[in-house]
Amino acid sequence: MIPDIPPGILLICGAFLTPFLRGGARKAWLLILPLTALAVVIAAPEGTRWTVDFLGQKLILFHMDRLSRVFGIIFTLITAIGFLFALRVEDTLQHTAALVYAGSALGVTFAGDFFSLYVYWEFMAISSTFLVLARRTPEARAAAFRYILVHLAGGLVLLAGIVLLFSQTGSLAVRHIGLNGSASWLLFLGIAVNAAIPPLHPWLKDAYPQATATGAVFLSAFTTKSAVYLMARTFSGTELLIWLGAIMTFVPIFYAVLENDIRSVLSYSLINQVGFMMCGVGIGTQLAINGTVAHAFCHILYKALLFMAAGSVLHVTGRIRCTDLGGLYKTMPITCLFCIVGAASISAFPFFSGFISKSMIVSAAGYGHLAVVWLMLQFASAGVFHHAGIKVPYFMFFSHDRGIDAKEPPLNMLLAMGIAAFVCVAVGVYPKPLYAILPYPVDYVPYTATHVVSQLQLLLFGALAFALLMLSGVYPPEIRAINLDVDWFYRKGARAADKALSTVLNKANKMADGLFFQFIPGCAARFSSNAPSRLVGIPLACFFWLMGCRGQYLEFRMDSMRKSIEKESLPVGWAAAAIALMLVFLYIWN
Amino acid sequence: MAPKPGWFDKPGNLRLFLRAFYMVLGGLLVADLFVLKHPHFPWEHAPDFSAAYGFISCVVLVLVARGLRRIVKRREDYYDS
Repeated sequence: MIPDIPPGILLICGAFLTPFLRGGARKAWLLILPLTALAVVIAAPEGTRWTVDFLGQKLILFHMDRLSRVFGIIFTLITAIGFLFALRVEDTLQHTAALVYAGSALGVTFAGDFFSLYVYWEFMAISSTFLVLARRTPEARAAAFRYILVHLAGGLVLLAGIVLLFSQTGSLAVRHIGLNGSASWLLFLGIAVNAAIPPLHPWLKDAYPQATATGAVFLSAFTTKSAVYLMARTFSGTELLIWLGAIMTFVPIFYAVLENDIRSVLSYSLINQVGFMMCGVGIGTQLAINGTVAHAFCHILYKALLFMAAGSVLHVTGRIRCTDLGGLYKTMPITCLFCIVGAASISAFPFFSGFISKSMIVSAAGYGHLAVVWLMLQFASAGVFHHAGIKVPYFMFFSHDRGIDAKEPPLNMLLAMGIAAFVCVAVGVYPKPLYAILPYPVDYVPYTATHVVSQLQLLLFGALAFALLMLSGVYPPEIRAINLDVDWFYRKGARAADKALSTVLNKANKMADGLFFQFIPGCAARFSSNAPSRLVGIPLACFFWLMGCRGQYLEFRMDSMRKSIEKESLPVGWAAAAIALMLVFLYIWN
Repeated sequence: MAPKPGWFDKPGNLRLFLRAFYMVLGGLLVADLFVLKHPHFPWEHAPDFSAAYGFISCVVLVLVARGLRRIVKRREDYYDS
C-alpha cells in the first residue's frame, strides 16, 4: 500500500529525522525516502488533494496531472541516484539540506496554489545554499552568500507578482498566466532568475562550481528544472521566451569554450540546455511542450551524470581544472566511460537520450517556420558537442597525461553513475516509455535516416573542426584565468558602490561634524562669553564719548570696562547707569 | 611517477583512431546523398548541409571565443583584489 502523501512533505519531514540516524540506518533511510517518494508519484491518481484552508484561502498541497508527474518522477529518481552517489559522505548538513532541497522542488512541482509554491520556492533557495556552504572554503562561503542574495531577491520579485496577481484576480491557483500586465511580468522575472535566463544567469556559474563534489549533482537538477516546470505551466506559448531561449542556448557556449574549471564548463552548458527548454516553452505547441518536458527529463540525468563524473575526479584527485587534469582514462576507465555516455547524451548523439528529446524542440521550431531560431539552435547543438561533448571528457581523461595518482571512486559512486548512464542509453535507444508519460500524446519519430545522418554530420564535422583547430593551435589554450560575466556588475559594482557611498557619506559626516560640533558650538561659546561686554560696550562707548573721552584714553576706559564685565566685577554705579540707559532706550523705543 | 602508457600512447593507435574517424566522416558525406529528406527549410535540400553547418559553426564558435577572451579574461584572484 503506497501512502498518498505529497512527496515534498515526505522528503522534508524525512530530512529532519536524518540527523538522528547513524551508519547503515542513515544510508538506508537516504535511499528509501526518495524511492518511496518515486512510488508515491507513480501511484498517485490525477487530481487535487491535501487542500488546507489558510487565512480564508484554499492551499493545495498535492496537485497531480501529466505535467507534474513527469517532473515528479525525474526529481525523485535523481534524488535517489544523487544519494547513492553521496552515500559515503559523512556530513549531516549536506544530507539534510539535499533532502529539504529535493523535497522543496517536489513541493513546487505539486503545489496547486501560488502561496504554498512560494514557501517551497524559498525553502529551495535556502536549502540549496547549504550545499555550496558545505564545501567549507572561503570561496564557497562567498559564492554561497552571493547565491542566496540573488535568490532571495528573485523570490521577493516572485512574491510581489503573486501578491499583485491575487489582488487583481482574487485567485491563487497555479495556472496559465501569459505575459499581460505588471503582475505577470513580476512572476516571469521571478521564475526567470531561477531558470538562469541571461542576463540573470551568473549566479549559476558562480555557485555550482564551488559546491561540494556531491552537492553539485543535486544543484544541477532542481533549481533550474523546477523553473522550467513552472514556466511551462504559467507561460507556455510566450513568444519572448522563444528568443530568450535561443539566446540562452547561444551565449553560454562561448564562455564554455574558455572556462578552465570543468564544473564551470558544465554550468555554462547547463544554461545552454535550459535555453532549449525555454525555447520549447515559448513555442508552446504540443510537440514543443512534449520536447521541453522530455528534454528536462533527459537533461537532469545526463547533467547529473556529468557532474557525478566531474565530482568523482574532484573526490579522487582533488583537482577540477583543465590545466591540472589529463590522462585519467588509464586510471579511471569506468568513470571515463560514464562521462563519455553523459557527453554523448548531452550532445544528442543518436541512441543517447538527448537525441530523442532535443530533436523534438528543434523540429517544433522547424514546424513553426522559425528559420533564425532553428539556425541558432543547430549552431548551439554543434557547440554543445564541442564544449561539453568533447572538451569535458578530453581535458579530464585524455589530453596531456599529468601522471596523476588516481583510482576509480568507491563502488556507490560508480553504481550511481552506472544507473544514470544506463537510463541515458535506455531512453535514447527505446524512447517509448518516456514518450508515453509526456503531457500530450506523442506523434514523433526521432529515428529517421535523414535525421540520424544530418545529426551525425552536424556533430562529427564539429568534432573535425575541434581536432583541426587543436592541431593548428588556433583553439584557445586552457589557462588559469577567470572570465568576466554579468556578475561583474554586482561583484565589482557592489564594491564600487560601497566605496562611493563610504567616500560620500564619510565626507558628509566630516562636514557635519565640522559644522555642528566644531564651528557652531565654538561660535555659540564665544558669543556667550563676549556678548555681554560687546552689548554693554556700545552704549558705554557712546556714553564715554559724550563724557569727552577720546583716542587712547577712550580705548583704555573701554578695555578696563570689558575686563571688569568678563570678570563679573563691574562697579555698581556703572551697572546701574547701564541699566538706566537701557531703560531710557527701551522707553524711547516704545 | 612516470605516466604509464595507455591505449592512445601505443604507436599507430591514434592514427588508427583518426583513420576510422575520417572514414566515418566520408561515409556520412556519401550517405546524405541517398537519404530521403523531409526538410522544413530550403537550405536543408543542399547536399551535406549539416556537415558544412556543423564545421562552420564550430570554427565560428572558437574564433568568437578567442575574441571574447581578449575582453573578459582576468587573473584568478581578480575579484579578491
